[in-house]
Amino acid sequence: MIANGKVLKYGDNVDTDVIIPARYLNSFDAKELASHAMVDIDPTFVERVEVGDIMVAGNNFGCGSSREHAPLALKTAGVSCVIAKSFARIFYRNSINIGFAILECDEAAEDIDEGNQVKVDFDTGKIYNLTKNKEYQAQPFPEFLQRMIKANGLVNYVNDQKGNTNE
Amino acid sequence: MSMTMTQKILADHAGLKEVQVGQLIEASLDVVMANDITGPMALPIFNEMATEVFDKDKVVLVPDHFTPNKDIKSAENSKAIREFSLDQCLTHHMEQGKCGVEHAILPEKGIVVAGEAIIGADSHTCTYGALGAFSTGVGTTDIATGMATGQLWFKVPSAIKFELSGELQPYVSGKDVILHIIGLIGVDGALYKSMEFTGEGVKALTMDDRFTICNMAIEAGAKNGIFEVDEQTIEYIEKHSTKDYKVYKADEDAVYDQVIEIDLSKIVPTVAFPHLPGNAHTIDEINNDEKVIIDQVVIGSCTNGRLSDLRKAAAILKGKQVANHVRVMVVPATQKIFVQCIQEGLAEIFVESGCAFNTPSCGPCMGGHMGVMANGEKCVSTTNRNFVGRMGDTQSLIYLASPEVAAASAIAGYIADPRKGGE
Repeated sequence: MIANGKVLKYGDNVDTDVIIPARYLNSFDAKELASHAMVDIDPTFVERVEVGDIMVAGNNFGCGSSREHAPLALKTAGVSCVIAKSFARIFYRNSINIGFAILECDEAAEDIDEGNQVKVDFDTGKIYNLTKNKEYQAQPFPEFLQRMIKANGLVNYVNDQKGNTNE
Repeated sequence: MSMTMTQKILADHAGLKEVQVGQLIEASLDVVMANDITGPMALPIFNEMATEVFDKDKVVLVPDHFTPNKDIKSAENSKAIREFSLDQCLTHHMEQGKCGVEHAILPEKGIVVAGEAIIGADSHTCTYGALGAFSTGVGTTDIATGMATGQLWFKVPSAIKFELSGELQPYVSGKDVILHIIGLIGVDGALYKSMEFTGEGVKALTMDDRFTICNMAIEAGAKNGIFEVDEQTIEYIEKHSTKDYKVYKADEDAVYDQVIEIDLSKIVPTVAFPHLPGNAHTIDEINNDEKVIIDQVVIGSCTNGRLSDLRKAAAILKGKQVANHVRVMVVPATQKIFVQCIQEGLAEIFVESGCAFNTPSCGPCMGGHMGVMANGEKCVSTTNRNFVGRMGDTQSLIYLASPEVAAASAIAGYIADPRKGGE
């Protein structure tokens, strides 16, 4: 799996309240959530984001509420992956569970600038900055999680396992 | 092999003799909880996996966030979990008027006890660690999986040990302890880790203090917070629950990433300034600066809406008046606490001093309803998050504090020191 897109860059502690404010949580319609993504931190996000774009941020991305609406809003808005120095643990789980790609890489998060064109190879964890002609290596996922991402999330993974048992 | 409290609980629930940091395990779950925001979203996912919950005694759906329903969409969401709860014949059926805020109602009704593995589709599920349980917040897909299978995968966390000593000073409580700690280690200071609270100082903390402290473990990024079980914990569990419980103690030689000593007697009233819970200032630091004039005070939530919180606030407000330019929302966390407030005369104190005394709800904490803020307004709140736009407009400001600081500030009209009674 490969992602290739332009970068939208943010700082540390991007919390789930700014990714999708609670006032929109009376709905869990993915498209509606996506139409409000990032509104409280970057009101221009929804207009600027293009399918395939890559989000780059600092430490503790997705901290705060357990709302799975947050990764769902970003995924549905077209974000192909988030590269950050670290992720809040519930956001990390939620992302994997819905098959939304996230990568931890200090160097990439530090070096990549807003607007850079970046390519990510999820199989190897290699991140290519096409603008700066540089390469970074992200932490690879444990095998168990790789299987879950390949199954496109936890639900399919659980159902696959059930299927296997029944066969 | 030596283990922490959390590691021992996880090992037992995974049917393993021992576990190591970083190990991926599949653990059986004792309680699986969701609310009216995360629950409805989980139902279609649940339906893809199962037709019946794994155990009707162990799945709980609490309508507390946008209840009493603030609009038609939230009414539809409450309806969805209500119908599911009734259809599935869930033992602990929760309804407005009979329950309260999830993290207050589950311990109060004895649904969660020591030694259990608990997940909740709400980040503050870490609250139940106060009872000596492993309890953590998850998202919608995880909760749907837990409801269907009674199992979930976990990565075994390392831990930070907090060795508590001494006793809290008057007008200082659990909220000040946890704001102090988050200020110390930062909002990602315990990322992916357990925060384990132990030491001589534990016995000087009330159960309510412990709930407040564990409630905000997530604000330091922690997977869970957990207190060592003592006589007070046992007394609480036996008073509230008929469930079997199990006491886990960390091995003497358990390995921690860090050991932090906290002398409770040195902690002073502490306030977290916008926009991070780790942005801690002691009340003394604030008083030396310019006054922070406020517009709103919220006393309640899963962090500080328990009876002892409201008693402390009422003791300060008694015979005083809320400042002319300030509005105060007092929100007891459960129906039982609500009626206790009436019986003890607290409700009268709140109303006579000029506070709104509201029905249990998470409402104001996440800018849902019942206390949303306008552009430029400032709020002293006993809740747990002061992120941008959390309680309303993105230009509003939230100062997190204890019920004591909140009550004193309500009277003064600016952030005030409760030790001076709001003068």
